[in-house]
Amino acid sequence: MNDFQQRSLNYPLRRREVVQRLLKNRNELLVVAGLGATAWDVTDAGDSPFNFPLWGGMGGAVSIGLGLALARPHDRVLVLTGDGEMLMGLGSLSTVGVQQPKNLAVVVLDNEHFGETGMQTTHTAGSVNLAEIARASGFASCWALKEPGELESTRLRILKDKGPLFCGIKVRAESLPLVLPPKEGYLLQQRFRNALFENKN
Amino acid sequence: MELEGSVHKNTQFWAEAIHASLKFHGIRQVSYVPDAGHSRLIDLCRNDEELTTVVLTTEEEGVAMATGAWLGGEKSVLLMQSSGIGNCINMFSMIRECKIPFFTVITMRGEKDEFNPWQRPLGQNAEKHLELCGFSVRRIEKSEETRTIMDHVAEQVFETSSMGAVLISQQMIGIKSFAHE
Repeated sequence: MNDFQQRSLNYPLRRREVVQRLLKNRNELLVVAGLGATAWDVTDAGDSPFNFPLWGGMGGAVSIGLGLALARPHDRVLVLTGDGEMLMGLGSLSTVGVQQPKNLAVVVLDNEHFGETGMQTTHTAGSVNLAEIARASGFASCWALKEPGELESTRLRILKDKGPLFCGIKVRAESLPLVLPPKEGYLLQQRFRNALFENKN
Repeated sequence: MELEGSVHKNTQFWAEAIHASLKFHGIRQVSYVPDAGHSRLIDLCRNDEELTTVVLTTEEEGVAMATGAWLGGEKSVLLMQSSGIGNCINMFSMIRECKIPFFTVITMRGEKDEFNPWQRPLGQNAEKHLELCGFSVRRIEKSEETRTIMDHVAEQVFETSSMGAVLISQQMIGIKSFAHE
């Protein structure tokens, strides 16, 4: 391993704890979780009908969040995904930048590795900075986190700040026990819509 | 812009019929990767305040957006040309598994008289690719069939939560050729 491959083994932030803290008191925050580890993290923090965890469609999490945010302009939408999933859909950051949805936040848990496939390094272990790409795409606010100090302010910004928002969080590369959401896509779709249209409208 | 002037003239009638059908079926989000053949329809949608139009960097974004739109209770359509089908295939797995009603209107390239051979592999096999992915496919050959076919496919898609594609034959669009320019 070279230095870049090793550095994320020592990042202080742990993904499960980060997601638990960001989703604390979430109320009816609508959450799209990118496939792989972030879908398990979101489920570990508490399965909810307002979660749409992905088992496929790699590269599509931000675009799903955009379609949802445009359809529900009075609700807050959070896309939580990993660096590998985000890298596959970089163009979607441009599309969000052009649309300027005020109610959309994108948070990338960046462990610099493809965690589900043998911990190969991603581009963020090298030269790529996702928050800078989001900034250059026209996101209203972009910031990066490496330490626990700003997690609470990030949680509040996701709920309140004018979007589109992008937060890149450097998290430790680690393999954790699987906490799996339901995997039937139709079930996930139906329970999300049922919860949304029963509670709101 | 009169760069595609001859295309505009030919597409005026069917583009208006498609726009009217989208409105009739309550579609709210229109995402697209442009095609010269779709330019009149894209203009109609962009000038319609009831529609949210979203220009994409690649067609697969539109498939994912349709998923998000439906989760939030809105109907959508993806406008693209036949080459875009190839960019969508993995995302089509998601809408099939999640049973998202998905509607796409595709202008055809790579049919007879196509001057660009690179358009042929997807153009010639568009229906087969779409059917393998789970779509029902209808093709419009004549302008006057447009509204009937659009309404039929839209109704099927949204009433049965299925995947439907309308293909607009290249003969309705006019053949693009650099030789005339």
